[in-house]
Amino acid sequence: MTPTGDRREARFASRAVQVTFLIALLVLWYLATTRWRVSPLLLPNPVVVLRDFWSILTTGEFIGDLRVTLTELVSAFGIAASSGLLVGYLISRSQYRIQVFEPLFAGIYSVPIILFLPLYVLLFGLGPASKIALGVTISFFPIALNTIAGFGYVERTLVTAARSMGASDLQLFRYVLLPAALPIILTGMRMGFTVALLSIIGSETIASLAGLGHRIVYLAEGMEMAPMFAYIVFVVAIAAILNTLVSALEARGRRR
Amino acid sequence: MMPDKVAIRISCVSHQFGEEGEARHVRALRDTSLDVARGELICLIGPSGCGKSTLLNILGGLIAPTAGSVEVFGKRVTGPMPRDIAFVFQENALFPWNTVFENVNLGMLFQGVPRAEREGRAKRAIEAVGLKDFAQHYPAQLSGGMRQRAALARALSLETGILLMDEPFGALDEQTRMILGEDLSVLLSRAEKTIVFVTHSLGEATFLADRVAVFSARPGTIKKIIKVDEPHPRRSDFVTSAQFTSIRNELYALLHDEIRKTMAESSVSTAGGHAP
Repeated sequence: MTPTGDRREARFASRAVQVTFLIALLVLWYLATTRWRVSPLLLPNPVVVLRDFWSILTTGEFIGDLRVTLTELVSAFGIAASSGLLVGYLISRSQYRIQVFEPLFAGIYSVPIILFLPLYVLLFGLGPASKIALGVTISFFPIALNTIAGFGYVERTLVTAARSMGASDLQLFRYVLLPAALPIILTGMRMGFTVALLSIIGSETIASLAGLGHRIVYLAEGMEMAPMFAYIVFVVAIAAILNTLVSALEARGRRR
Repeated sequence: MMPDKVAIRISCVSHQFGEEGEARHVRALRDTSLDVARGELICLIGPSGCGKSTLLNILGGLIAPTAGSVEVFGKRVTGPMPRDIAFVFQENALFPWNTVFENVNLGMLFQGVPRAEREGRAKRAIEAVGLKDFAQHYPAQLSGGMRQRAALARALSLETGILLMDEPFGALDEQTRMILGEDLSVLLSRAEKTIVFVTHSLGEATFLADRVAVFSARPGTIKKIIKVDEPHPRRSDFVTSAQFTSIRNELYALLHDEIRKTMAESSVSTAGGHAP
């Protein structure tokens, strides 16, 4: 058999195991609620959850919360991406600044920034502003760090070669620095997007007035377990769609 | 030498990295003078760290010398001169995100060649180095030898009077190096180019050069210049001739002492580091 055929077969096999695992989980869930009589207050019947999920979709009652969460996400990511790119680029232009700021940013990045949420709620209130501030703080660092790495460590020979052939500053940026840095920057943007989404939905479940995370906590507090599970399924689906979209954009940017 | 016959005039060039007293202070080159004639191929050979690559970078305007000056076609070198000088580096100087054709084209774009001219010149240069069928390949898809051919094509397409080559075949195996050397000799016999070629290889220097400049140990300067009287294009049987062997042996004898000196020095003190 050809090596590519082998690889395709191996990939198919691992996909099959993954799907089987998910189906087994669903079956276990179903059996737990029917056979083994787990209380519906802890674990609602998956069929009921599916019905509620369907009604959420068809009535469109999710739209208000989705709009709040997406607005927060887009604002936070937009601010983090533009400031992260700018700050990262400016730092990458000098070896001294890289030495100062790269370890500093890496240090801050490893701190659980979610700890600042209570402070942000005090400063910016319970509304979207505190979620946006947290999302920006969390997703700024991977974007800035990868921008520094992308622009700061371009193979010196390439820059020297371009200079020796008479490249201007603008040409050097457009034809050498940018293509060298782009794959690393795109990875940073994807990481930044993922953590922004996590932190925004997470902070909505802690202290908020609206949004998908808020809705799930609201239903949990009212003991409405089936619709709560349906919303969890909904958020998982939204997150999966968004992450797939961003990964596809990243892959497309790399191929260019 | 008559002034109009001189392509490159190196006058009393010295260079040091870092300031005196600093830990990274290295005297790389001392009081070196040399005239390179138009159309001549001169090889610089010497022990590691003798400053031959530094001198090449000074010629190309990539480094400003601490003392002395360089003139190219009568103009003083103060920075890169893309119209007169093209470089071929040791390796990794092709843009990995561009195909061979795009790499060659980009060099001319940087140099300021009008768009209409670029395509034809790129095609001719790629054909000249024998990469016609690989123009649309990316560097990662090529062997080391082919990558250096592509780098050479990019330099040739710039149609400069001077070509500076910094161990261009240094990372290649002996067989590939021989073949590329022969091809280079053929290419050169056609083009009126002045070439300064840095190498570690005695055989390569003897095979390619009209003159070989042998450097002393660091801080390097030219110890002796050896003439190789054999017209280009040189064929592979030149390698087995008595003349080749005697020149190669002479180079070996000259270098041997210098390499011993370098090794003795570096085993006494490792503090000096090495010049880039």
